[in-house]
Amino acid sequence: MGKDEVKSRRRFLSNAAMLAGGIFVSVSNNSIGALLYATERKDTKGPWYGMGIDLEQCIGCGHCANTCKSENGVSREPFYFRTWVEQYTILNDGSVKITSPNGGIDGFSQQVPDEDIFKSFFVPKMCNHCEKSPCVQVCPVGATYDSPEGVVLVDDSYCIGCRYCVQACPYGCRYIDPVKKVADKCTLCYHRIMKGQLPACVEVCPKGAKIFGDLNDPGSDLVRFKKEHAWQVLKPHMNTDSKVYYNGLRAEVR
Amino acid sequence: MPPQVKRLALLFAIFIGLFLVARYFLVPKSFGEHGHYRGLSLVENQDQEPKYAGQKVCNDCHDDLMAVKAANDHKTISCETCHGPGLIHANNPDSLPLKPAGREFCAKCHSLNAARKAENIVQVNPEEHNTGQNCTECHNPHDPWEKMR
Repeated sequence: MGKDEVKSRRRFLSNAAMLAGGIFVSVSNNSIGALLYATERKDTKGPWYGMGIDLEQCIGCGHCANTCKSENGVSREPFYFRTWVEQYTILNDGSVKITSPNGGIDGFSQQVPDEDIFKSFFVPKMCNHCEKSPCVQVCPVGATYDSPEGVVLVDDSYCIGCRYCVQACPYGCRYIDPVKKVADKCTLCYHRIMKGQLPACVEVCPKGAKIFGDLNDPGSDLVRFKKEHAWQVLKPHMNTDSKVYYNGLRAEVR
Repeated sequence: MPPQVKRLALLFAIFIGLFLVARYFLVPKSFGEHGHYRGLSLVENQDQEPKYAGQKVCNDCHDDLMAVKAANDHKTISCETCHGPGLIHANNPDSLPLKPAGREFCAKCHSLNAARKAENIVQVNPEEHNTGQNCTECHNPHDPWEKMR
């Protein structure tokens, strides 16, 4: 083995080690590590909004779904919902039946005879405004994002309608608007909450089953709700850090 | 420097220059203000017109009805739950809000369903309970038990 060969191998190894070390240091650096998630919880004193849903209170009237469509001009066709209600019926044989006729807007009727029902309940669904939103991470153009208040929004004039986000959402909360042909979703009524009003679905809920609030404000209704109830989020194993907290969520709910 | 490298360097400079010019015109002005998105989009989302006025606005004019409603079972319900979006009515009282009619509307909340807890809401079977009659013949929506007292 020649002397030069040993030298060049040594140089190669030391260069490789330096490169690996450099990559390691830069990845552990926060600014580059942040790229691993599209979103990073901002360390601000401003509001950080979320929603509580009390399944013990929900009576499945569907007014939230109906109101949302009126407030936000969502298509009336029964495929497009920013929020909707599902009725879960667990039968005595353990099977689970889920219905959501027109998102619950026209009301529910129980098809299963009472003697076969083990347990039945309603589950309102909506965008979970995840802290680590999969939909934001997959957007190729930056047309969906977390607002500084923690609300996941869509930039409808920038969206190219590629549908990646619709597929990425584990909760099925996105759709392609049939008129604008771009992605659309719950905005937590951003146009209302920024003016100090409640989201429309919260405003009209007759049982107060939806609780809107600021997670950074220890005195907010939502923080009190989280303190008083054993809440759960949907699909916690997806590691989305959902900000919609359910009270009375049963394991059957997906 | 060898001439081929010089030529390549010139080509590279032209490409990079073109890229920067194209980027300048293609990337919207406010992009990246707050993050990897168009900052102006926040304002656009905020500018959407609300249609629901909110309970406080209703209270301003209808404090009489509010007092009736607050004293009985329908106290937790916002006016707009039944009467629909009220901002147009609030700005122009001549344009009247919705007045829901028919048994189907009341049944959305009050029809018997195993998923509704008895302690949460009064329920009837619409197929048996005084069929053919409108709910409002016996129940005042603002004070449901008024006529039974």
